[in-house]
Amino acid sequence: MNPAYSVIFFTTASGAGYGLLALLGLTAPTLGQSASPVFVLVSMIIALGLITAGLLSSTLHLGHPERAWRALSQWKTSWLSREGVAAILTYPFALAFGLTWSGLYPAPDAIAPLGAITAIMSFITVFTTGKIYASLKTIRAWHQPLTVPVYLFFALSSGAALFLALSAIFMRDAGSVSTVAPVTILALALLKFLYWRAIDQATRDRTMGNATGLGPNVRQWEVPHTTKNFVQREMGFVVARRHAKRLRALFFFLLLCAGLLELLAVRMPLVAVLAFGITFLAAWVERWLFFAEGEHVVTLFYGNPQT
Amino acid sequence: MASEPAVALSPKTWDEIKTTTCYMCACRCGIKVYLKDGTVTYIDGNRDHPVNKGVICGKGAAGIKQHYSPGRLSKPLIRVGERGSGEFREIEWEEALQTATTWLGDVRKSDPKKLAFFTGRDQSQGLTGWWATQFGTPNYAAHGGFCSVNMAAAGLYTFGGSFWEFGEPDWKHTKYFLLFGVAEDHGSNPIKAGLGKLKKRGAKFVSVNPIKTGYSAIADEWVGVRPGTDGLFVGAIIHELLNAGQIDGDYLNRYTNSPWLVIDNKGAADHGLFARDEDGSTLVWDAHKKAPAPTTDHDAARALMGRFTLPDGRTVATSFQLIAERYLAPENAPDAVAERCGVPADTIRRIAAELAHVAFKETVTLDVPWTDFTGRRHDKMIGRPVAMHAMRGISAHANGFQTCRAIHLLQIMLGTIDTPGGFRYKAPFPRPIPPHIKPTGKPDQIWPNEPLPGPPLGFVTGPEDLLLAADGTPQRIDKAYSWDAPIAAHGMMHMVITNAAKRDPYGIDVLFMYMANMSWNSAMNIPDTLKHLTAKDATTGDYVIPKIIYSDAYASEMVHYADLILPDTTYLERWDCISLLDRPISEADGPADSIRQPVVEPERDVRAFQTVLLDLGARLKLPGMTTPEGNARYPGGYPDYIVNHERAPGVGPLAGFRGADGTQSGKGAPNPNQLQAYIENGCHWFYELPDEHKYFKHVNKGYLDWATGFGLIGKPEPIIHQLYCEPLQKFRLAAEGHGAIQPPDGHRARIIEAFDPIPFWYPPFEGDMIDEAAFPMHAVTQRPMAMYHAWGSQNSWLRQILGRNWLYIAKERAHSLGIADGDWVTVTSHHGQIKGQAKLMNGVNPDTVWTWNAIGKRSGTWGLKKDAPEAKQGFLLNHLISELLPEREGGYRFSNSDPVTGQAAWYVLRVRVEKSSVQSNISSPQFPTLKNLGVGQ
Amino acid sequence: MTALPQTTAKKLGLVIDLDTCVGCQACATSCKEWNTQGYSAPLTDEDTRGADPHGPWLNRIHGYEVEDTTGKDSRVVHFPRSCLHCETPACVTVCPTGASYKRAEDGIVLINPDTCIGCKLCSWACPYGAREYDVQEGVMKKCTLCVDRIYNENFEPEDRQPACVKACPTGARHFGDLGDENSAVSQLVKERGGFDLLPEMGYKPTNKYLPPRAKRDTPQAGIEALPKGDGSAMDRLFKLADRLLSGN
Ligand SMILES: Nc1nc2c(c(=O)[nH]1)N[C@H]1C(S)=C(S)[C@@H](COP(=O)(O)OP(=O)(O)OC[C@H]3O[C@@H](n4cnc5c(=O)[nH]c(N)nc54)[C@H](O)[C@@H]3O)O[C@H]1N2
Ligand SMILES: Nc1nc2c(c(=O)[nH]1)N[C@H]1C(S)=C(S)[C@@H](COP(=O)(O)OP(=O)(O)OC[C@H]3O[C@@H](n4cnc5c(=O)[nH]c(N)nc54)[C@H](O)[C@@H]3O)O[C@H]1N2
Ligand code: SF4
Ligand code: SF4
Ligand code: SF4
Ligand code: SF4
Ligand code: SF4
Ligand SMILES: [Mo]
Repeated sequence: MNPAYSVIFFTTASGAGYGLLALLGLTAPTLGQSASPVFVLVSMIIALGLITAGLLSSTLHLGHPERAWRALSQWKTSWLSREGVAAILTYPFALAFGLTWSGLYPAPDAIAPLGAITAIMSFITVFTTGKIYASLKTIRAWHQPLTVPVYLFFALSSGAALFLALSAIFMRDAGSVSTVAPVTILALALLKFLYWRAIDQATRDRTMGNATGLGPNVRQWEVPHTTKNFVQREMGFVVARRHAKRLRALFFFLLLCAGLLELLAVRMPLVAVLAFGITFLAAWVERWLFFAEGEHVVTLFYGNPQT
Repeated sequence: MASEPAVALSPKTWDEIKTTTCYMCACRCGIKVYLKDGTVTYIDGNRDHPVNKGVICGKGAAGIKQHYSPGRLSKPLIRVGERGSGEFREIEWEEALQTATTWLGDVRKSDPKKLAFFTGRDQSQGLTGWWATQFGTPNYAAHGGFCSVNMAAAGLYTFGGSFWEFGEPDWKHTKYFLLFGVAEDHGSNPIKAGLGKLKKRGAKFVSVNPIKTGYSAIADEWVGVRPGTDGLFVGAIIHELLNAGQIDGDYLNRYTNSPWLVIDNKGAADHGLFARDEDGSTLVWDAHKKAPAPTTDHDAARALMGRFTLPDGRTVATSFQLIAERYLAPENAPDAVAERCGVPADTIRRIAAELAHVAFKETVTLDVPWTDFTGRRHDKMIGRPVAMHAMRGISAHANGFQTCRAIHLLQIMLGTIDTPGGFRYKAPFPRPIPPHIKPTGKPDQIWPNEPLPGPPLGFVTGPEDLLLAADGTPQRIDKAYSWDAPIAAHGMMHMVITNAAKRDPYGIDVLFMYMANMSWNSAMNIPDTLKHLTAKDATTGDYVIPKIIYSDAYASEMVHYADLILPDTTYLERWDCISLLDRPISEADGPADSIRQPVVEPERDVRAFQTVLLDLGARLKLPGMTTPEGNARYPGGYPDYIVNHERAPGVGPLAGFRGADGTQSGKGAPNPNQLQAYIENGCHWFYELPDEHKYFKHVNKGYLDWATGFGLIGKPEPIIHQLYCEPLQKFRLAAEGHGAIQPPDGHRARIIEAFDPIPFWYPPFEGDMIDEAAFPMHAVTQRPMAMYHAWGSQNSWLRQILGRNWLYIAKERAHSLGIADGDWVTVTSHHGQIKGQAKLMNGVNPDTVWTWNAIGKRSGTWGLKKDAPEAKQGFLLNHLISELLPEREGGYRFSNSDPVTGQAAWYVLRVRVEKSSVQSNISSPQFPTLKNLGVGQ
Repeated sequence: MTALPQTTAKKLGLVIDLDTCVGCQACATSCKEWNTQGYSAPLTDEDTRGADPHGPWLNRIHGYEVEDTTGKDSRVVHFPRSCLHCETPACVTVCPTGASYKRAEDGIVLINPDTCIGCKLCSWACPYGAREYDVQEGVMKKCTLCVDRIYNENFEPEDRQPACVKACPTGARHFGDLGDENSAVSQLVKERGGFDLLPEMGYKPTNKYLPPRAKRDTPQAGIEALPKGDGSAMDRLFKLADRLLSGN
C-alpha cells in the first residue's frame, strides 16, 4: 500500500493525542488538583491539537472535504464511520474533562468520571482506527489480531512519552506514567516483534493463479495500460525486503533508545523530550512500514505472483 | 436507514444521433454518433450496418478523442524556414490553392510525370487515381505497394479474388480455419466477429504465426512458424495431400486450369506457355479421343494428369502434372522442411490429414440448386468447409507473392474457394484473371497538358505491358512495372522519396502526398529518408525534391518535411464514399457501399482534401473536372462529385439508390437525392444476393449473368483459377532471352528464379544476402488492436493503453543472451541500430523478436509534449529496415521488395540483439524535437 | 446505505469468455466513452498529452501468459477485469457515507457521486481493483453495469445492454441474470465451467469467467493419418485422374 504521508501523519499524530488524552484522563484522579492549571491546559491543548490536526489532515485528503459530515452516517457497518463518530463524541467529554480539571469550571467530583470517560472514548477511537485496517481482508498484513493492539499500544506509548516530556517541561512528577511509559514501549516492541513474525510467517496462499483462475503457471504478460493507474499507484506500492529489514531494525533501535531515555528521565527529566521525539520518529517508521508492507491482494492482477 | 438513492435509469444524454462511417481504421464500420449541443459525446456501432452489425472496436469507440485531438491542424501552412525546421507561416486557403495551382500547372505544361502524386492510406482512390489520369502523370499510387499488394496480386493472378479485405472465410459454415500471419487486418471487426462465431460452433482455428498473441492467442492450435518460411510449410502440406491423393479432382478439372496443356519445349520461346489452337484457345487433353480439345469444350474427357504429344509434334503436360511433380519432389516433404520452417514434420502431417478429413469427410451441403457456367445443374451446393486467410505475415516478405499463391493453390486443391465453408469472394470479385486493366504511362502516353489515355495502375500480362522508357529504364519514379517489379499493381510508394532524391530514374518537380506519414512510420530507413527529404542540389542549392505538397489532418512527422500543407478535416467532418470502384466494403453475401457524412462542422480553417483536389483540378482545367465552358464541373466539391460523376454511363462512385428516382442499383443515372437516400438508410447500401448466387460465384452462371448486368464484370464468362500462371512464364522467357523486350542482364537471374509459373518457396532476399550468423534473429512488427498506425498516439484514451512499445523476445533466448525482463537492448541490422526495452515472453518463435508497430513517435509531433513516452521510450523497427537491398551484380541495389510485385518487404529483417551497455531509460535513435504544429499548442 | 441487502431480486452481471477474448480493448474504450457522458460524474484524465497520461477506467484488459508444465509451451490469455458486482462485498460495508451501495432490485453495486467523499477506503476493500478514484471529480468510480443503459427506454430493446457487451466484436462478453439458473448466462456458466475470481475472499462475485478451452494440437480420434510416402503417389494421382474421367 502506498504510504501516504497524510495518512501516516493522521494516525501518528492523533494516536499520540489520544494516548496523551487517555493518560491524562486516567491519571487526573491521582494527580488531582495538584496539577497546575497551566500544565493541564497546555497538555489538553496539545492532545486535542494533535487529534484535531490529524483529523483535519485526514479530511483534507478527501475528494470532497465539504461532505465529510456524511461519514458519520454509516456507523452500523463501517469502521471508518465509527471512527468518525467516536472521534467526535470524544471531544465534548475531553473538553468537559479539561475544563473541570484545569479548574476553569470548578467541579472536582466530575474530574475522575470525566477523565475515565475521556480515556475510554480515546481508547475506543483508536480501537476503531485500528479496526479500519484490521477489517480489510484484502491486506493480509493488516487483517490479523495484532493490528488493533499495535495501534492501541502505539497511541499509548507515544502518548506516555509525550506525557513524560510535558511533565519534564513543567517540572512536574510524572507519577505512575514514569513506569507506564517504558513498559508500553517494551510491550509495543514485543507486539511489533510478534506482528512482524506473524506477517513473515503467514502463508501467502493467494496467488495470481487463483486470482485469475488460470492456474499455477500464470504470469503477467502485459499491463492493461502503459502508465500506472490509480490502483497501481495506491495499492501497488512494494518495499524492497532489504529495505524493510533495515527499517525494522531502525524501529527497534529507536524504541530501545526511547525506552532507555525514558528510564533515564527518572533522573534527568528533560531527556523525556528527546524520548518523545524518538518515539514519534519510531511511530513514523512503523507506520510507514505498516503501509509499505501491506500487500494488497489486487497486486495479484498486476504481476505479483502471490500474497 | 436511508433508502437507495434514485438513479436516473433512462437518461437521454444526447439530443441527436447521426450515422456515418468510422475511419479510426480502414475497416470502415458503420457507426452512430451521439451529439449533445453540437458536441460528439458517444460513438457506437450501427446494428444495421453490413460490416460490423453493431459492434465496434477499441479504436472506433475512442473516435471522439481522435476528432478532438490536440494534434489537429487548423490552417494551411507554407514553409518559411528550412525543411524540417518547423518554420511555417499560416496562410489563407486562396493563397494555398493558388500556390499549388502554380506549382502543379508548371509541371503539367512541361512534363506531367514530374509530378509524383502518392496517396497513402487513401479511401478515395477512385477519385485520386482518376485525378492523376486527368493530370497526365503515371506517377500515382496509393499505399498498396507497401501494404499488401502481394496479397492482391497473388490472388488476382490466381483466382480472381484475394485475401486482404476482398474476400472472407465463410464464417457461418467453416469447420477448419487456417490463418496465416494476421494480427489485426483490415477486416478488423468482421474477423473478430468471425472468430467469435467459430468459437461458438467449435470449429477448429489454427493460427500460423511466429507470435502467439491476439487472434493467435485464442487459436485451437498455434503453429509458430519461422518468419518468411510459410511457403515451406504450405508446400509440405500440399506434398502430403498429393501424396495421399487427397485433392478435389473434380473441382480442379472443371474450375481451374489444372488440365490445361503446357508446352514442354525447353529453351524455346514457347516453353512453359499454354498450348493453343489456331483460334488462340487454350487446350485440354481429351482422354477418350486421345486428342487435344479447346478448354471451352465442356464435353471433352479432360485429363487432369499426363504428358502428351500434340498433333504438331510438340510435347505438352497438364498444368497439374507439373504442379504434382513439383510438390511431390522430396525437398517438399515435411521432414525436409521442418527444421527450416520451425514446424515439426509430424505437425505438418497431422494438419494435412486434418485438412483432408474436414474437406472431404465433413462436407457442408446447402439445399440450394445452382447452375454452373457449362449449363450443368447442381441440385445442391456442396462445400468443403476449410477456409484460409492470410495477410501481412505473408505479404510483407520478399517471397510473399509466391507464398500467397501457394496458399491459394492449397485452398484450390481442396476445392474450397467460394464453396460453403470455404473462402468467399466479396463484390466486385471474382473478376477476370488478371483484371483486364493495363497500366498506363508508356512514353507515348504522357504529353504536356494532356490526360493519360488510361489509369496509371493496372495488371500486366507480359513484358509488353511494362512501363519502360525507350532505353528500357523505368518510366515511373517508383520503378513499378519495370524489370525491378513487373507486377507492381499498386505502385511502390516506399521507393518514391529515395528514387526522387537519387534522381533514379529521373528527378521530379513536385511531390504531392496525401495521408501517409512518409517521413516516419511508413518509411523504410527513416534516417536516410530524412536526408533525402532535405537533400539539396550542390550546384543550384535547391532541394533535390523541389516542392512537396502534403495533406494531413494532424501534426504528423511528415508535415514538417513539406512545403505546403493542406489541412484536412477529421473523419466526422466530411463527406466520403466507400465505393465499389475503390476499396469496397462488400460482404460475401452481396455488394455494399457506404458514405461518410459530416456530423459536425469544423471549427478550424480546414477543408476536405477531396474537395480541395477537385478544386485544384478545376483551377488546372483538368478535363474531367472542368465544363466545356471552363468552369468547375463539381462546384459543390466532393459530395457533388460522388453524386454526379460517372465513370462509365450509369456507373458512379455509389452503386445504391441510382436513377433519377433512386430505385436502381449498380447502374443508373445520377440521382440528385442519392446522398439523402444513403443517410436515410444509415449511410450505407447493401444488396443481398439470392441464395443461388451466393457461392461458386466464379463459375455460377446466374451470378455471372447478374454481375455482368450490374457492371461488376464485362462479360458473363467463368473465372477459371490459374494455378499455373502463364504471365509469369512470359517474363521468365524474356529473361531467358526470348522476345523483343529484354531485361537488363543484371536482372535476368532474379526474374528467372522468381517468376515461376508454379508457386514455390525461396529465401527472402535480405536473409539470403547478409551473414545469418551475424544477424541470427528475425524482427517483425504486429499491429496493436487498439492503435491505428501513428494515428492512435494522439488519442488521449488510446495512448493510455499503449503509450510506448517494448521489444518482445523468447524467454529462453533472452536468458541465453544474458537479457533480463526490462533490460534495454540494442537491435542491430545490416543497416542500422536501435535501442529499446526488452520484455520476455514464451509465445514467440525463438528466432524472432517483435514489437508493436508505429508506436514510436518523434518528439514534438502529434500534439504531444516533448517528453511523451512514445518519443522517449518508444521506438520503430523502421530505422533498421533498408529500402534498398545490399548491392548485387554490377553494383545495382534492388529495392527491398518482392521481386514480382514490388511489395515492401518489411518483415525480411534480420537482426542481432544484445544487452545495451547503457541502461538509461531512453530509446534510440532520438531525433531533435520538432515544433508542435497541432491545435494543442 | 452501506448495509447489504439480504438478497437481491436479480443478480445481474457479466460472463466473460477467456477463450474468445482477443484483447481488442473495445469493451474498455466503449466503457470509458459511455461513462464519460452517462451516469455518475464524467471520467476524467490527467496529463493527456504528456509523459504520464492516466485516468480512471472501469474496465481494463490484462494480458497473462500461462505456461504449461514443461515451461516451454504457453498461451496468452487476454483478461478483461471490471467490477464483479459481488454479493457480499466489503467495498460497500466499509463505506462511511453510504455512497457505496448494492441495489436490492438487481444486485448492481453503485457509488452515489453526490454523496461520496472520496475517502478511497472502498478501493482498499475491493480485492479486484475495480474501483478507481477520479482526482478531478473527487469521487470514486466503478463499473455501474451500465445501469443507465440496461433499463434506458431511449434505446431500442436490443441496445439495452452494457456498452462493453454491445461493443465486444468477438462476443466474448455476456450480460444477464446470474440469479436465474435458466438464463442464458447461467447456462453458459454451467456448460463451460464458469468460475469465480478469488473465491476464498468470500465476496461471492456475481460476474463469472469462462476458462480458455483445451488446445487441439494433438492427433484427434477419427482423423486418419495420411499414407506415408512410398513412391506411388504419382500412380495414385493418375488413378484419381482416371476416376474423374470415368465419372464423366
Ligand atoms: N516496421 C513497419 N513499418 C510499417 C509496417 C509494418 O508492419 N512494420 N506497415 C506498413 C503498412 S502495411 C502501412 S499501410 C503503413 C502505414 O503507414 P502510414 O500510412 O504512414 O500510416 P498512418 O500512421 O496511418 O499515417 C497516415 C497519415 O494520415 C494522416 N491522417 C489521418 N487521418 C487523416 C485524415 O482524415 N485526412 C488526412 N489528410 N490525413 C489523415 C495521419 O495523420 C498520418 O500522418 O506503414 C507501413 N510501415
Ligand atoms: N488496429 C489496427 N488495425 C489495422 C492497422 C493498424 O495499424 N491497427 N493497420 C491496417 C493495415 S494498413 C494493414 S496492412 C493491416 C495489416 O494487418 P495484419 O496482416 O494483421 O498485419 P500485421 O499486424 O503486420 O500482422 C502481421 C502478422 O504476421 C505475423 N508474421 C510476421 N512474419 C510472418 C511470417 O513469416 N509468417 C507468418 N505466418 N506470420 C508472420 C506477425 O507476427 C503478425 O502477427 O491491418 C490494418 N488494420
Ligand atoms: S474496426 Fe476500424 S472502422 Fe471498425 S470500428 Fe474499429 S476503427 Fe472503426
Ligand atoms: S468487485 Fe470490488 S467493487 Fe465490485 S462489488 Fe466486488 S468488491 Fe465491490
Ligand atoms: S470513496 Fe466514496 S464510495 Fe468509497 S468508501 Fe469513501 S465515500 Fe464510500
Ligand atoms: S458494464 Fe458498463 S460500466 Fe461496467 S464495464 Fe461494462 S461498460 Fe463499463
Ligand atoms: S471487447 Fe471483447 S474481445 Fe475485446 S477485449 Fe473486450 S472482451 Fe475481449
Ligand atoms: Mo497496410
